[in-house]
Amino acid sequence: MRPETEAQLAEAIRDAAGPIRVVGGDTRPVGRIAGVPALETGALRGVVLYEPAALTLVVRAGTTLAEVEAVLAAEGQRLPFEPMRWGSVLGTAGESTIGGVVAANVSGPRRVQAGACRDSLIGVRFVDGTGAVVKNGGRVMKNVTGYDLVKLMAGSWGTLGVLTELAFKVLPKAPAEVTLVLPDLGAGAAVAALSAALGSPYDVTGAGWMPGVGAVVRVEGLNDSVTYRAGKLAALLARFGEVREERAGSPALWQSLGEAAPLKSQTGDLWRFSLKPSEAPGVIARLAGPVVLDWGGGLIWAVVPEGCDARTLAAPFSGHATWMRGPGAGAFAPEAAPVVALSAGLRARFDPRGILNPGRMG
Amino acid sequence: MQMPVPNPQVLARKAAIVARLRAVLPSDGVIDDPTETRAYECDALSAYRCAPLAVVLPRTTAEVAAALRVCHQEGVPVVPRGAGTSLAGGSMPSEDAVVLGIARMNRVLEVDLANRFVRVEAGRTNLAVTGAVEGDGFFYAPDPSSQLACAIAGNIAMNSGGAHCLKYGVTTNNLLGVTLVTMAGEVIEIGGPFADAAGLDLLGVICGSEGQLGVVTEATLRILPRPEGARPVLIGFDANEVAGACVADIIRAGVLPVAIEFMDRPCIRATEAFAHAGYPDCEALLIVEVEGAEAEIAEQLGLIRQIAARHDPVEFREAQSEDEAKKIWLGRKSAFGAMGQINDYMCLDGTIPVSALPRVLRRIGELSAAAGLDVGNVFHAGDGNMHPLILYNANTPGDLERAERLGADILKLCVEVGGCLTGEHGVGIEKRDLMGVQFAPEDMEAQMRVKDVFDPRWLLNPAKVFPLAVSAGRRG
Ligand SMILES: Cc1cc2nc3c(=O)[nH]c(=O)nc-3n(C[C@H](O)[C@H](O)[C@H](O)COP(=O)(O)OP(=O)(O)OC[C@H]3O[C@@H](n4cnc5c(N)ncnc54)[C@H](O)[C@@H]3O)c2cc1C
Repeated sequence: MRPETEAQLAEAIRDAAGPIRVVGGDTRPVGRIAGVPALETGALRGVVLYEPAALTLVVRAGTTLAEVEAVLAAEGQRLPFEPMRWGSVLGTAGESTIGGVVAANVSGPRRVQAGACRDSLIGVRFVDGTGAVVKNGGRVMKNVTGYDLVKLMAGSWGTLGVLTELAFKVLPKAPAEVTLVLPDLGAGAAVAALSAALGSPYDVTGAGWMPGVGAVVRVEGLNDSVTYRAGKLAALLARFGEVREERAGSPALWQSLGEAAPLKSQTGDLWRFSLKPSEAPGVIARLAGPVVLDWGGGLIWAVVPEGCDARTLAAPFSGHATWMRGPGAGAFAPEAAPVVALSAGLRARFDPRGILNPGRMG
Repeated sequence: MQMPVPNPQVLARKAAIVARLRAVLPSDGVIDDPTETRAYECDALSAYRCAPLAVVLPRTTAEVAAALRVCHQEGVPVVPRGAGTSLAGGSMPSEDAVVLGIARMNRVLEVDLANRFVRVEAGRTNLAVTGAVEGDGFFYAPDPSSQLACAIAGNIAMNSGGAHCLKYGVTTNNLLGVTLVTMAGEVIEIGGPFADAAGLDLLGVICGSEGQLGVVTEATLRILPRPEGARPVLIGFDANEVAGACVADIIRAGVLPVAIEFMDRPCIRATEAFAHAGYPDCEALLIVEVEGAEAEIAEQLGLIRQIAARHDPVEFREAQSEDEAKKIWLGRKSAFGAMGQINDYMCLDGTIPVSALPRVLRRIGELSAAAGLDVGNVFHAGDGNMHPLILYNANTPGDLERAERLGADILKLCVEVGGCLTGEHGVGIEKRDLMGVQFAPEDMEAQMRVKDVFDPRWLLNPAKVFPLAVSAGRRG
């Protein structure tokens, strides 16, 4: 099925005889569902409204991420949350769609400063499991009218409804960026340096670690301001070892880090940990395999031997881990019983027949 | 304001219910003497008030859970309350409701600078959260004007904003986790000091749910390092349209000020007479604030000056000292007070797309003239969150109703141009009956389903947010 309008999509869902696998670009197949017919959103595409002076973009869910980025770039703007592609590290081939980005709440390195995907999302339209079309939020940045289903839909992996239209707050692209590289630091030791950078007043927009590169810290903004802050940060971080400045290579570096590119050729299962940064060094030591760190150590991408239960290996830590590249079942972290009950209650009401991506989130 | 008929069984069992509450709470934690419950009859929407059945003031999450279990068993509606500064009637009780006030729970539980968060009890005031970390150079970003008084619990329930949200976002963007007690008395941890939810983003829908999904007793909040400095400029214009165009150009240029505030002539005049901030006598003025070190401020202000110059400002005033900066903000910060000196006022907070600004201001002028009531506009221009202040006289019969009708017309206008009814104050009882202007029945149905899950008997703050006719079948 590949509906071309929201009305057709609603009809397809109303008429569905059984489970449906909602597919954007099929580039983020986490928690795989096998043997279920696909409902593709790719024909629901195009920009609905773009007002650069109001920092607002409204776009249909099947529009590719590449197209969204190109439309914004033509006006010198961008998505604040720097969504990355997972294609290379997950070994998938398709073109990522903006609906998929939202369904998985995909946020890149700039999350530490600009917030997650859900924080830039200001409006949604979706079709729930009964075929009803629902809108929530809108096209303005400040809106507390009624419940915030916008946030609930972000990261719901198509289990509450099929997204059809999304509204974002966008931002101007920064005229300049500089990355400081601390090549001497190992992954565990990097966390303290990243934390010092993020705790400084210098408005850091990226803080991570990559094998072969070391710890990296980014500042963006107006030219003089970037130079000033990079200088201050370099002085602040000097106590952690050598600090090098990277300008021209900065964008490529962050793309690679966001996509966890260094892990793509590593064999084994891929996991993604979201945790309290200060717990990262301990977790990294216990995992004892290749890692990439983002969000100041609050995000760890890790490769572990196939079939190994990385959650148990990494314990204890406060946060959660998702099995990104592996067998599929049990991909999402188990949650406390009352949270499970509330989530199940929501799914039962938004999708009473249980047909939308059943089992995807466990 | 229409409210549901109070449940006669609850009213009849008042003594028994109070006794049961006393049995689970310390003796000073339950109030039922009508002279003492008076303080809980209304919030900052003081035109509407009602004496509650009783008030409970727990000191711990366990006490909150115990009180809720009693109310749940007795079928008593519960109205959670922080500091009672809601402008939407969010914490106004009904006759058959128990007010659950969280103000006694105000401790700081954890300060973690390395991971940049604090955990506090939810009755702590907004300003006191920053107070707990400012000595270490950090702050909690959302800064509603009521921050000295309002509680984090109320901020979470209303998803409150502030003057600096253009850069830092509103409450939901700075909230990491909560301890939530359901109406049935179950204590649930949602989120925590880490990024994103493991599963569905329940925290995202709890924030802004106006006390209808559960009682928040603790909160984990993101804190940020304080910038090195900040400076406002004041720019005066001889037309609203020109000020609006200047805002658009500043945003387009890639400078991201932390605040862009807008005042129109009626508001400037009232403020000047009251606060003597030395504002120019002009049609519209902007206060633009930028942050950073000295050189960064200079760089940004240089750009803003260039942009403003293209719009022939009647004045461009850059604060040269701490004192002058305060003076620039003084007028803006006393705007509500100034309008209050002239008359009673009603404060709206619809949001509009920034591009619709000139049109909306013109239309508000026409509506105000037709209604014979003055309206001053002061608002967060960067994000389109308007604050039209309608002046009326509460002692003139019919004036409040006229003001409410004008308010409703202005909010409908906001929705019509692509905006919404409320940008930060919430729906409460005030905008409840306008929800149908913005939402189709299916849209409201989807929202109410969420409440069905968290509070199946619709006992928590039940008469708010949704039009009574729409929620009738669920409220039992
Ligand atoms: C002068 C003035 C200026 C203001 N300026 C701003 C502003 O700039 N920005 C802005 O956004 N708002 C502003 N407000 C509105 C108001 O201050 C905010 O809505 C604030 O967040 C309310 O907090 P409170 O603690 O007073 O909540 P209350 O008024 O006590 O309650 C508000 C809502 O929260 C619910 N609630 C309270 N406690 C809990 C709890 N523990 N668990 C669950 N739900 C709970 C209540 O049921 C109610 O629905 C202003 C108000 C005034 C009077």
